[in-house]
Amino acid sequence: MNRLDVKKTYKLFIGGKFPRSESGRYLPAKSAKGEQLDNYAHASRKDFRDAVVAARAATGGWSKASAYNRGQILYRTAEMLQNRTAELVAEIARSTDVSAAKSKREVTLAIDRLVHFAGWTDKYSQVFGSVNPVASPHFNFTTPEPTGVVVVLAPDEPSLLALVSLVAPVVLSGNTAIVVASEKFPLPAATFAEILATSDLPGGVVNILTGKRAELVPHIATHMDVNAIVDGAGDSEISAKLQAGVATNLKRYARHAATDWFSAKVEDPYWILDTVEFKTAWHPIGI
Amino acid sequence: MKVSAKRAVVVAATNHVVVPLKDRKLNFGNKWDFAPAPEDSKNYVIAPQHELFIGGEFVAPSSGQYFPSINPATEQTLTTIAAANEADVDTAVKAARKAYDKVWSKMPGLERGKYLYRIARIIQEKARELAVLETMDGGKTIKESRDVDLPLVAAHFFYYAGWADKLKYAFPGKTPSPLGVAGQIIPWNFPLLMAAWKIAPALACGNTVVLKPAETTSLTALRLAQIFQEAELPEGVVNIVTGAGETGAAIVNHPDINKLAFTGSTEVGKKIAQAVAGTKKKLTLELGGKAANILFEDAPLDQAIEGVINGIYFNQGHVCCAGSRLFVQEGIYSKVIKKLRDRIQTLRVGNPLDKNTDIGAINSRPQLEKIRELVQSGVDEGAELTQTQCTLPAKGYWFAPSFLTGVTHAHRVASEEIFGPVLSVMTFRTPEEAFERANNIPYGLSAGVWTDKGSKIFKMVSKLRAGVVWANTYNKFDPTSPFGGYKESGFGREGGLHGLAAYCRLD
Repeated sequence: MNRLDVKKTYKLFIGGKFPRSESGRYLPAKSAKGEQLDNYAHASRKDFRDAVVAARAATGGWSKASAYNRGQILYRTAEMLQNRTAELVAEIARSTDVSAAKSKREVTLAIDRLVHFAGWTDKYSQVFGSVNPVASPHFNFTTPEPTGVVVVLAPDEPSLLALVSLVAPVVLSGNTAIVVASEKFPLPAATFAEILATSDLPGGVVNILTGKRAELVPHIATHMDVNAIVDGAGDSEISAKLQAGVATNLKRYARHAATDWFSAKVEDPYWILDTVEFKTAWHPIGI
Repeated sequence: MKVSAKRAVVVAATNHVVVPLKDRKLNFGNKWDFAPAPEDSKNYVIAPQHELFIGGEFVAPSSGQYFPSINPATEQTLTTIAAANEADVDTAVKAARKAYDKVWSKMPGLERGKYLYRIARIIQEKARELAVLETMDGGKTIKESRDVDLPLVAAHFFYYAGWADKLKYAFPGKTPSPLGVAGQIIPWNFPLLMAAWKIAPALACGNTVVLKPAETTSLTALRLAQIFQEAELPEGVVNIVTGAGETGAAIVNHPDINKLAFTGSTEVGKKIAQAVAGTKKKLTLELGGKAANILFEDAPLDQAIEGVINGIYFNQGHVCCAGSRLFVQEGIYSKVIKKLRDRIQTLRVGNPLDKNTDIGAINSRPQLEKIRELVQSGVDEGAELTQTQCTLPAKGYWFAPSFLTGVTHAHRVASEEIFGPVLSVMTFRTPEEAFERANNIPYGLSAGVWTDKGSKIFKMVSKLRAGVVWANTYNKFDPTSPFGGYKESGFGREGGLHGLAAYCRLD
């Protein structure tokens, strides 16, 4: 007699914990061919708000951590991902119905992206900051700082690689993120959350919500404690809604649409600048 | 016994009651009166009517309508200014597009830079005339327009001129190209300086411009247009359309604008952000502020008081980065209040053209009313008002330098931008309390820190959520130094290398 498989419900990832949606809702994940996979949590407005609270609470510690430390932790996530490549390859393959070889390419590229961006933590402020030669006796310098809490909207595909490519430049500077995962293929993101939970990333630095993007967008756009939105959803209607909403508290808004996520162009340190603020400090020179 | 006897002798000798130290006031009498020293304005002729500057020429507005421009120090009409409507803005955008396509975007960077250098030089030559006009048109003191605004205007053109052929070095790993036509809307507090902040980097990066000055201060922007003519700047590269809010809205909503840059109130900035939503227009906003100026017990006190005075009373407080919230550490509170009270008595308020004047006229009647209303709200909510006892001129718009004590966080004057010579004073105990309260408002443009302890400065600089932090100084500006806000004070930077990013497309 065949053994009965244990089915798993994929949960949300908020503040380093795995809650079900407070709404109690869940959705069935389907493969590209329409085959029924596992169920996953359907995030509500309240879940999003809880995620903002968790992300806000994590900003203090994460932005205060040294750039060296943040780099080591991001590198650690790459190590964890490497270790669990097979699991993610299988997750992507069964969701998207692509070959194991193609799924593997996505996962290994995601690992390499993490390694790439991990190295930027202690370099980007040297490349993008400046000491300014003012015409008066003052020492004057400009440094980038994390803006705070950032919402990242991942596109449907590639569900893992795009998410990693969007989140890494956000959190490396010390921001915390709330990711709205691929709506079409949410399971790889949920599995990635489980990997993050066992890396050294402090709880709340990356929060991952699964569910329906359009339902969350109005709340994301108008939430007063969100500092920036990085929109990789690739949907111009959603983009317009987000932009109209950001005017409520002048959130920063950056869009990365129609991107080839496998291209080396995605390893773009200028993406880091979408979610930093430049601070200029002056001090007199004298005795 | 011996001590009290001595004291009694002193009292008898001077024959008056000894006033406790904290209540003593400086008695200036008439010793503080200076002979008038007005800057000569007679040599500079202001034409009775000003047209729009479109396609390199001064043209009448299609509506045929003009509005008066008033000297806020005398309430006299200086001239009339053309009111641009949607059709005029459209003509200006077309002229800018033509100049962009045919000339400016194709011109080698070095040549663009040479035009900007030329403009900088002509501004330097005409600096005194421009300073006098700026003072007459906007009410700011000649001391400031002559020594701060105009030198910075020329310096801005000079700085960005040099970038025009070096842009590839500003963006490592990228190829920068211009955006197209930039629509720029500027405020009335630093009319010419804001025009320079906007125009110089836009042109250096190869964009063309449609600029709208504020309706109360259009005069010097139109004088700048004449300078562009004199510099033989190709026609249409900069177009200046004058008018009020509707003119600005026509620029914001024009479909052929690629980039918008706005400096002004947070309220209008949010409306612009809303209007731009869903379009491809690139946007930078430099908006309001309510800066905390934090005074620690270990600060060099006399220097700090000068910084506090400069922080709030510079340009009549019409400064988005004004240090309008003073946080004083408790131990030095009474000393600081006494020094402030004495120091503001020495501020000379009056004729802005007089070289000795410290505080000029309030820019307009509506602004004066706004200041009065907010100060009254402070008094009504329980704050105590201290003002100078100077005599204000009978004509014109004036507000005596003031500060409010006993302010709490719940008071409107603790969080709303007054944009006038009014300081809200509060106290704090620990550095943590100072930066938490400083950060606890939606604005984040600038901040000030006063302490002699270096490590404390760095701690505060890193904790304050503001785009510019002045430590042991205040209200310093330089073309090489990026300026701009966090949070609801806007986004994007102006000035320095970072100011170029707002006007370039990076591939």
